[in-house]
Amino acid sequence: MSGREMLGIALAAVAVAVLACVPLMLGDYGLSLAINIVSYTVLATAWSLFSGPTRYVSLATVAFFGIGAYTTAVFVESLAWPLVLLIATAVSIVVAAIVGLSTLRLSGVYFVIFSFGLAELVRQLVTWFEVNKTRTLGRYVFADITAAQIYWQLLALAVLVFAIGFWIGRSRLGLALRAIGDDETVARHSGIDATRAKVALFVLSTVFMTLTGAIMAPRWTYIDPAIAFNPVISFTVLIMALLGGVHRLYGPVLGVVPLALLFEYLLARFPNHFSIMVGLVFIVIVYLIPRGIAGLVEGAVRKPA
Amino acid sequence: MLFEVTLSGVTLGGMYALVAMGLTLQYGVARIMNLSYGELLIAAAFAALWFYSGLAINPLIGLVVVPPIAFALSYAIYRILVQPLVSRAKTRDALEVDSILATFGLLFVIQGVMLALFGGAYFSYSFLAVPLKIAGATVAANRLLALLLAVAIGLGLYLGLTRTRIGTAVRAVAVDPVAAQLVAIDVRTASALAFALGGALVAAAGVLVSMFLTFNANLGVVFTLKALVVVIMGGVGNLLGALIAGLILGLVENYVAVFVDPGLTLAATYAIFLLVLLVRPQGILGRSSR
Repeated sequence: MSGREMLGIALAAVAVAVLACVPLMLGDYGLSLAINIVSYTVLATAWSLFSGPTRYVSLATVAFFGIGAYTTAVFVESLAWPLVLLIATAVSIVVAAIVGLSTLRLSGVYFVIFSFGLAELVRQLVTWFEVNKTRTLGRYVFADITAAQIYWQLLALAVLVFAIGFWIGRSRLGLALRAIGDDETVARHSGIDATRAKVALFVLSTVFMTLTGAIMAPRWTYIDPAIAFNPVISFTVLIMALLGGVHRLYGPVLGVVPLALLFEYLLARFPNHFSIMVGLVFIVIVYLIPRGIAGLVEGAVRKPA
Repeated sequence: MLFEVTLSGVTLGGMYALVAMGLTLQYGVARIMNLSYGELLIAAAFAALWFYSGLAINPLIGLVVVPPIAFALSYAIYRILVQPLVSRAKTRDALEVDSILATFGLLFVIQGVMLALFGGAYFSYSFLAVPLKIAGATVAANRLLALLLAVAIGLGLYLGLTRTRIGTAVRAVAVDPVAAQLVAIDVRTASALAFALGGALVAAAGVLVSMFLTFNANLGVVFTLKALVVVIMGGVGNLLGALIAGLILGLVENYVAVFVDPGLTLAATYAIFLLVLLVRPQGILGRSSR
């Protein structure tokens, strides 16, 4: 490990320590904004963990987020909290493995389409189950978990996703994924099991999304399929990751912070035109900043040299 | 009973086939994966609704007026939004990713505009809602009319693509855009044309669908999804494949809705999609290489 990396880790540790004190300093509004930002940081970083190196655009973030939220809603009153998180993890591993194994062997576009509809599919199945089997649509989530505790759990999850991202970047798996992203045929010929690497990473990335949903669920007190599987979440995560830049581990955060603040403002100012505004922001980003803020920064740093 | 369900499955499947034909033109010829495709269908349905209940104009006149507008709009979208991506893309994969992202943004813009105008409620209007008896089965006249018009439009498209010079050029681009240039086909114009034609088709389907289905501003995504499934099932760029796959999907959905549970239709769609992906990823009538 080089001196520069040691310095980076030390700085990150200090940053986490400062961030952990946030609930003690901010009021309720500030804390809910902070929870928002941290949860999107986990989602966007987890998203680009898979989509960055492989270049598979996943539109299924909310499918897993919603699965997590529903797991909490179903089990939180009867089971201990760590057990709930464990169940959420297990469910997401099974779903992601099925989706990954059936679509990731094929060309990228099949995966995009499947992931595009996955949230809708899961939402309809959950709705069908609730209407026919439990005869209720919507559940109350009564859990003895404070906002500050949710924030700390999310922060821990964020640290974990960064640690794993850092580790993958230095591991054989990371190298294999970059090779697949550059040219899958070449990668296969040099002995990389491309499908296994992609599925493994996809499963890993969705576990973080599911856990975020599970941890966030007590924030709502009431959830129904339309809230838990709201497609705007997938969309928001995608723009945030793109704005930040998906080819660097720290990239998505750079997109999360400005956009979370902007959306907060837009939602308060134009509640009825929110979706138009977000769509326009998205188009601007795709056309003008294709490599993200991280790419812009690196370009600016390199130019003078 | 079975015949009746089959008949209404065929009308639905005919609609899916028409919608998928437009998408297969956009994706197979222009190579643009358009995720905002279904939004245009819903916009056309709203236009027909507004014509009928606001201005008392017959939806059949709407069918003549709306598709040309959609053609012009799609042409403009291609020239303004898509062309820069085509020039920027280094490979076909890069273009695919860029077009998915850009049209994903467009989806939210169009959907947002419709939500702002009409809200999230479900709409429908009553046009030709009279029961007809065919061989003992009852079918609504508007459904039957929609099916016949869809068949006419599909047939017209098929003849246009196989019997005219421009149609042949469009098909050549679908087969190989580079080789098409060698025989003096303007690939850019042909692509823009195919994209706009796809838009006109989906708008026509929107007017037809509005005659017999209730719809709301959020439904576009579902139509996009089904069209994509049909296109991939039938084989990308293959009109006949889209027809067969569309009919299969419509029939299966109707059987599941009637005999199993209406809440499981999308699950059935997905089950078929997965089956096709696993057994025959190039589609029912697709060629083996991409």
